[in-house]
Amino acid sequence: MADAQGLPGMDRRTIYEKSCCGRRAYSLPATDVPEVPLDDLVPAGLRRQAPPRLPEMSEVDVVRHFTGLSTLNFGVDSGSYPLGSCTMKYNPRLNETTAQLEGFAGLHPYQPESLAQGAVELMWELGEWLAEIAGLARTTLQPAAGAHGELAGLLIIRAHHLAQGREPKRVIIPDTAHGTNPASVVMAGFTPAPVRSDARGGVDLEHLREVLAGGDIAGLMLTNPNTLGVFDENIVEIARLVHEAGGLLYYDGANSNAVLGISRPGDMGFDIVHFNTHKTFSTPHGGGGPGAGPIVVSAELAAYLPVPLVERAEDGRFFLDYDRPQSIGKMRTFYGNVGVLVRAHTYIRGLGPDGLRRVSETAVLNANYVMESLRGVLDVPYERRCMHEFVASATPLKEHGVRALDVAKRLLDYGVHPPTTYFPLIVDEALMVEPTETESREDLDRMVDVFRRIVQEAHDDPQKLLDAPVTMPVRRLDEAEAARHPVLRQRFPEDEEAGAC
Amino acid sequence: MPQAATDYVPHSDADMRTMLAVVKATSVEELFADIPEDVRRREPLALPPGLSELEVLDELRRLAAANTPASALVSFLGAGIYDHYVPAIVDTIVGRGEFLTAYTPYQPERSQGVLQSIFEFQTAICELTGMDVSNASMYDGGTALAEASVLAGSHTRRGKVVLSAGVHPEYRQVLVTETAGYGPRPQVVDLQAGAATDLAALARVVGDDTAAVVVQQPNFFGALEDVAAAAQIAHAAGALLVVVADPVSLGLLEAPGRLGADVVIGEAQSLGNAMSFGGPGLGFMAVAKPLMRRIPGRLVGQTVDLEGKRGFVLTLQTREQHIRREKATSNICSNHALNALAALVHLSWLGREGLAELGLLCTRRAAYLRARLLELPGVTAYTEGPVFREFAVRLPLPAAQLVEALVPQGFLAGVPAGRFAGQFAGPAAAGLDDVLLIAVTEKRSRAQLDAFVAAVAAEVDHG
Repeated sequence: MADAQGLPGMDRRTIYEKSCCGRRAYSLPATDVPEVPLDDLVPAGLRRQAPPRLPEMSEVDVVRHFTGLSTLNFGVDSGSYPLGSCTMKYNPRLNETTAQLEGFAGLHPYQPESLAQGAVELMWELGEWLAEIAGLARTTLQPAAGAHGELAGLLIIRAHHLAQGREPKRVIIPDTAHGTNPASVVMAGFTPAPVRSDARGGVDLEHLREVLAGGDIAGLMLTNPNTLGVFDENIVEIARLVHEAGGLLYYDGANSNAVLGISRPGDMGFDIVHFNTHKTFSTPHGGGGPGAGPIVVSAELAAYLPVPLVERAEDGRFFLDYDRPQSIGKMRTFYGNVGVLVRAHTYIRGLGPDGLRRVSETAVLNANYVMESLRGVLDVPYERRCMHEFVASATPLKEHGVRALDVAKRLLDYGVHPPTTYFPLIVDEALMVEPTETESREDLDRMVDVFRRIVQEAHDDPQKLLDAPVTMPVRRLDEAEAARHPVLRQRFPEDEEAGAC
Repeated sequence: MPQAATDYVPHSDADMRTMLAVVKATSVEELFADIPEDVRRREPLALPPGLSELEVLDELRRLAAANTPASALVSFLGAGIYDHYVPAIVDTIVGRGEFLTAYTPYQPERSQGVLQSIFEFQTAICELTGMDVSNASMYDGGTALAEASVLAGSHTRRGKVVLSAGVHPEYRQVLVTETAGYGPRPQVVDLQAGAATDLAALARVVGDDTAAVVVQQPNFFGALEDVAAAAQIAHAAGALLVVVADPVSLGLLEAPGRLGADVVIGEAQSLGNAMSFGGPGLGFMAVAKPLMRRIPGRLVGQTVDLEGKRGFVLTLQTREQHIRREKATSNICSNHALNALAALVHLSWLGREGLAELGLLCTRRAAYLRARLLELPGVTAYTEGPVFREFAVRLPLPAAQLVEALVPQGFLAGVPAGRFAGQFAGPAAAGLDDVLLIAVTEKRSRAQLDAFVAAVAAEVDHG
């Protein structure tokens, strides 16, 4: 069993509780300019009355505090992390080295372009590579995350229709879609039109035809392979039907790790693709970000891409092009999460076309290997080969009073990060497993073995699952209480009467 | 098998054979049988062939060396991204694999490290801004502004947001772009001479259709705004006040929450994060308690485990897309957790005195440089009144020309305001090509400031 209770004897107080008046870590240069009276610099009325109550710590105490917190955390570096649809593959350390080169990390966005040619070249090159991988024409690197890419793509769909004097409102979304899809649709000013999945897990073509017949179609968003981990065999027909209805097709690239160099969204008929560099291209997830969500579009849609677009001039110089009158505008400040993009560039450069293909082949083999090994252990509702992930169901365990959540919590005790639970919504007690290509056969065997042992425990002694986790720094946490009485910041003793939240 | 390229796949050929047997396939190819032949790609992707780690590093070093980073020059560039010193411990902490390679803390019992750090970050942002509730961070300042506008629209059910032209022009562009199909319509109020917001003009356009008034403190040109007056104008019309704040200034300047702000957003790259050509940044958002259930993005809350021990969880998730789907407050699904951690480490290193001292040092040096520059013939104030770390001057020559002329001497003189000319109107928009925006961080010593003044003086004389 894993033992993950942090450092022995660790001080679990917050950094504010550890603060000790008068201690300091910082050092700053001495004032070397004339000491003008403060009132002449900034009038008292604009100055702060009470200082922010930041912690007062020595430097070693700061380092120990955060080192301690890191021991309470779990990353890909710690062990298997088969979190479905998140592609928790190994994050190569070379990426960190290159992103931290001062020639990239020290660049200011408004320094003259002539002094940033290497960075703009890197961005241009990455854009070209992503276009090739997507099978489409032009890339913007601006979106900061997948959901942000979705919004950018949907705004481009909107601009495309407006340019033709239309303002259709409905965007079709399968019931297997990520929650960001409908949320992005609304933020772009559209209405989601849900479409059902068929018995094989793909889009139900009959229902799709019905939805299309309702008219007012702006487009369709699809993940392929979808969140069930199955490739929609009818994709060419789906694309034809949506295009015929005047809609555009948006590819949610969250699951691109299955198809690199094997099938390209552009060839499937999609018009817009986003990639999650933090999934497919190995940039670290960082505990929830930063990621990057570049999008690639067809030649017809390139005019609408946000400014600036990275271009190469005829003389070989690279530049940021703002002169694009049909552009939707700007999706973010500056040009993109460049530090993240350097990592993605590094990864693709090292792997090359053969390496990328091997990524997807192995990711798919690994997922099928785990799925086959778990047949008879957990329920696998879709009886077909999976792609890079599959969805199992803990429904058979319900008779023992055990649910997917309990399986997940017990996995923690065995040192395996749980799969995504309760998603996709169309599978009861879903456990969505994505091993990724960087897990070895032994890692996968161990994962399978842990699942077996937990299912056995569910039969023999379900209380073990209901009590789990027992080896973590905390036992199961009361999430309902957190929502009922939100405590979203440190309370200081002097605040208690004021009732700050 | 010898590898010419980088490869992170662990399997040997024997592993592959064993695994294929388990899945009852004779080749990997068979696993892709569901993909119709007409969308299968048979030829390799047209990408450069893979390289060994050493070769990749050489190639990336070549690209990096083709840049002259601002950090290696005597730089006065700011306008939203600042070259502050990042203490050595920041990289040590954020480079730890347990933080770097984790995902969003969906399993709180195994993610107490990142959850507690976000709780501590939220606390720091609340303390800096004087607000009640901070989220776990946003992408950047521009997207945070767009989200604040949507929040104000849904809270007030009104259709217009009034923005000071002193709000960063790129933030305003992001707002216009991202809310094109949704959310209140923006209206911009010009700056007056001296670069502060024309509050009389603001009062004229704010009415019962206004969801929010947005001002930036210090504003884009470094002018200090009368935030309390803007709050009065907003609140008299039943609108929210959104303040775009610079977190480094908040050790010295009054917290917007104490001046009437309902929402405070901004960019916190300058705390602990590299400039990195403008991204990843660190957007933040903090709100007054009545807006708690409308705030977008992740929130971490304190709770107890079944033994009564304190722990931290993601909370109030019924606002979010994975629960509410199309009814969510936003589509945002991640945050910039690692950047937030870097900011928290930097703030912990500075402490309550260090942040104030840092702000004061920047302010003193900026004031000194401004005074020296204004002694030069033909150089006049564009930003008037007190400033924090940044100010604009009007030059007797085009600002872009001065910047270019000083690069060979190792100076990046500032950001030419003409770059944003299309984003300004009214009295402050005249002759922007001659206006230079100059930022002074603690990295700039007096010797560098004096050398810079001499270099500018020489160019002004030539002019």
